[in-house]
Amino acid sequence: MTLAAATNENLANLSNTLIYSAMAVYTLAFFAYIAEWLFGSRSKVARTAAALTAKPEAKKAPAVTVNQAGGTAVLERPKVTVRAAAGQRDVPDGPGAHGGDEQGDLYGRIAISLTVLAFLLELGGVIARAASVERAPWGNMYEFNITFSTVAVGVYLGLLALKKNIRWLGLFLTTTVLLDLGLAVTVLYTESDQLVPALHSYWLYIHVSTAIFCGAVFYVGAVGTILYLFKDSYENKLASGGRPGTFATSVLERLPSAASLDKFSYRVNAAVFPLWTFTIIAGAIWAGDAWGRYWGWDPKETWSFITWVAYAGYLHARATAGWKGRKAAYLALLAFACWLFNYYGVNMFVSGLHSYAGV
Amino acid sequence: MSKTSTTDPAPAGGSEDQDLGDAGAQLSTAPKEEAPSLPSLGVIGWARWFWRQLTSMRVALLLLLLLSLGAIPGSLIPQTGIDATKVAEFRKNNPTLGDVYDKLGMFHVYSSVWFSAIYILLFVSLIGCIVPRTWQFVGQLRGRPPGAPKRLTRLPAHTTWRTTAEPEQVREAALALLKRRRFRAHLAGDAVAAEKGYLREVGNLVFHLALIVMLIAFAWGQLFKAEGFKLVVEGDGFSNTLTQYDDFKSGNLFTQDDLNPFSFRLKDFTGTYEMSGPNRGTPRTYQATVDYSEGAYGKDRHQTVKVNEPLTIGDTKVYLAAHGYAPVVTVRDGKGEVVYRDAVPLLPLDGFATSSGAVKVMDGYRNAKGEKEQLGFQAFFVPTYNGGAMVSQFPALMSPVLALNAYHGDLGVDSGLPQSVYQLDKKNMKEFKDSDGKLLKKLLKPGQTMQLPDGAGSITFEKDIKEWAQFQISQQPASGWALGGAVAAIFGLAGSLFIQRRRVWVRAVRGADGVTVVEMAGLGRSESAKVPEELGDLAGTLYDQAPAAPDPADSPDPAQEPGTTTPVPAEGADKQ
Repeated sequence: MTLAAATNENLANLSNTLIYSAMAVYTLAFFAYIAEWLFGSRSKVARTAAALTAKPEAKKAPAVTVNQAGGTAVLERPKVTVRAAAGQRDVPDGPGAHGGDEQGDLYGRIAISLTVLAFLLELGGVIARAASVERAPWGNMYEFNITFSTVAVGVYLGLLALKKNIRWLGLFLTTTVLLDLGLAVTVLYTESDQLVPALHSYWLYIHVSTAIFCGAVFYVGAVGTILYLFKDSYENKLASGGRPGTFATSVLERLPSAASLDKFSYRVNAAVFPLWTFTIIAGAIWAGDAWGRYWGWDPKETWSFITWVAYAGYLHARATAGWKGRKAAYLALLAFACWLFNYYGVNMFVSGLHSYAGV
Repeated sequence: MSKTSTTDPAPAGGSEDQDLGDAGAQLSTAPKEEAPSLPSLGVIGWARWFWRQLTSMRVALLLLLLLSLGAIPGSLIPQTGIDATKVAEFRKNNPTLGDVYDKLGMFHVYSSVWFSAIYILLFVSLIGCIVPRTWQFVGQLRGRPPGAPKRLTRLPAHTTWRTTAEPEQVREAALALLKRRRFRAHLAGDAVAAEKGYLREVGNLVFHLALIVMLIAFAWGQLFKAEGFKLVVEGDGFSNTLTQYDDFKSGNLFTQDDLNPFSFRLKDFTGTYEMSGPNRGTPRTYQATVDYSEGAYGKDRHQTVKVNEPLTIGDTKVYLAAHGYAPVVTVRDGKGEVVYRDAVPLLPLDGFATSSGAVKVMDGYRNAKGEKEQLGFQAFFVPTYNGGAMVSQFPALMSPVLALNAYHGDLGVDSGLPQSVYQLDKKNMKEFKDSDGKLLKKLLKPGQTMQLPDGAGSITFEKDIKEWAQFQISQQPASGWALGGAVAAIFGLAGSLFIQRRRVWVRAVRGADGVTVVEMAGLGRSESAKVPEELGDLAGTLYDQAPAAPDPADSPDPAQEPGTTTPVPAEGADKQ
């Protein structure tokens, strides 16, 4: 018994060490991303302006290019040409944070390598924590937070591995991951411990893991939406003949076009929405076993319902005339704010059945 | 459904929809957006206008947002349905605001008129949207994909080449290819028209229908539900009739006959607790062992009920809701005759099971003068007592003590007024005095006895301390329907979000110079990278069966509008 306890204590300490190491490496990655953006600002690209202010003929530049493979042999094959839909601007995607600058690109690659390292450290920390408590590491907010940021970074790295154009997200992601972890180790830290009986259920694995995953993906979508709003007003300004500030130009030129960002965040949100539905339903089934009713308007239940409805509103708004674009984007942010409040706000300010172990 | 117009569909720069004509129509059954315009006069006109507004996407969206907005106060203001004592407390602390909230139904938001109005309107809007869409979709399934638009170059994805094959051959090959790829394809004029991804619409309709099923199941469950609590001491039992409940709530349409007949007996309760660390005393296991039987003559069966594992009998579930201690006490009269011996359940006051309650001796006791009298004892129980104040140090039975204050007189139980079994009504009770003339009280360890003064008898704290478990017995019909609806909703949602509905046209005609020109175009509901990818793949495959004809001297593609597009190699081309 005491031996086991000692092992557990060692594991818990190991977990803490790993989390702190991960934070240190994330910080390094953060600086590397900054360096990428700084060096990238040397390149003077103004594709957006060029695309938007050029003469009508030249304005019809390609919106999307599909699979640009070279070689004369392939040239004989039929080629698919793609048109942008009516009413959309044909703005090319930016080159990414490095802005085509070689040194910037190098720092960007260093930053990603560091992110991978930090991710592995953090993952180790989460696993060690789980081993020390001999259960899923989702019993309190500290454990939620460390798992949450691990998953968010995992999603980012996964999309990168799938060769999605998402490298631009790095700086924003590491910034929030550092904030999230900082909050976890200072305010929310809880000694590793066992669960109260109400949490002893395999539904813990199903319900909480999907909740964390959804949150991480919603977060990625929200970052895309915020950047979309900036980029969209930047493009609007250019299109109406305005001159955005140099900083805005430098940063926003390197991001994907507003249309791409919008599409990206829509896809991310839409892809995870069924899973969020599942999370709520899994929670309801668990509640049916644990509390004697599957739906009882507990604050956490209510807020996950509100979040669900807000995201449903966003998905509908995207298909509704007069709500497309910016208005839908505001809805997406509102929905994410609901998610955040459901996580932090409900746990801290509202008492309900979901209050366990410390915070 | 092929295109009938022979005139040029639209001048350059015209809107996309005009360009595509029928081809782009009905790629989904989404309602057309109409600008809100005032109706012509008349009741029917207004009704029609109202209905059209209600079933429009814009209003549905607003109702959705209102619904989420309306749900917020219920999570911040105490609700009677969840915690009635908190509501009472709130009313006491904020009388004015409490009255305002009362008028607005803020203490029962989710059953208030305005909240119901929002969701009922939303669901009416939903039904008004789904029914026509279902008919439309059925029509689309019975029809065929629309024929190719006149100018395929205007479509979002397009490709063309000149081939040595005959136009008929190309069309046949295209038809076979598209059918092999599970498109619904048919030959219409000089082109093959094909469509795929109908499951998107199916998913969409299933999802929205499932929402309606869930709502009805939930409402049904609320109307016919029954929920009650029963405290059972180890060794005692419960049978499922209304009179046996300590506390019972039911839905508006519930009748007594809806209760499932069953009974159970609590054999044993076991609780273990964290022994050390910051969460010392937090429960680790909680379990009650029961013997239960269904119906009047059912066989006894054995089951362990835990926090997450209720006992399920039909659509009734028996949950372990709370637990506490029930010390056994024996009361004797002045002659030493036992007048009372029972386990007295006490209510826990804190997380470490500091408990309080009352012992009431109602019948059979006669005082020293031989008169009938009732006895009452205020009881405080601590499972782990370390001296000092009567506050428990740990929830398990480590060093239990029972503190008793003794009274005699009239308990007031015969007056017919309901009273709490855990509290003494001291109005007509007199204190037993100790030698100093103060209220008689004593701290007892198991096995110890407190003597009442002047030969009034004694009370003994027996060594056998029982535990009690409180069970929540709830019955919520139609939960199976709710679950089914939920599962269908997830699948429908996934289908409607992940499946692309798209159309492909392949036109093969003989050009002016006698060489066959193949044109392919794709159209998706939303602009997706998948549509051109798939088109490239199809084109690559078709190209193998209809290889390129030698190019005439540098003439531009007949259909290509210069400057509109940039050629890129097809997907399928570099795969092979």
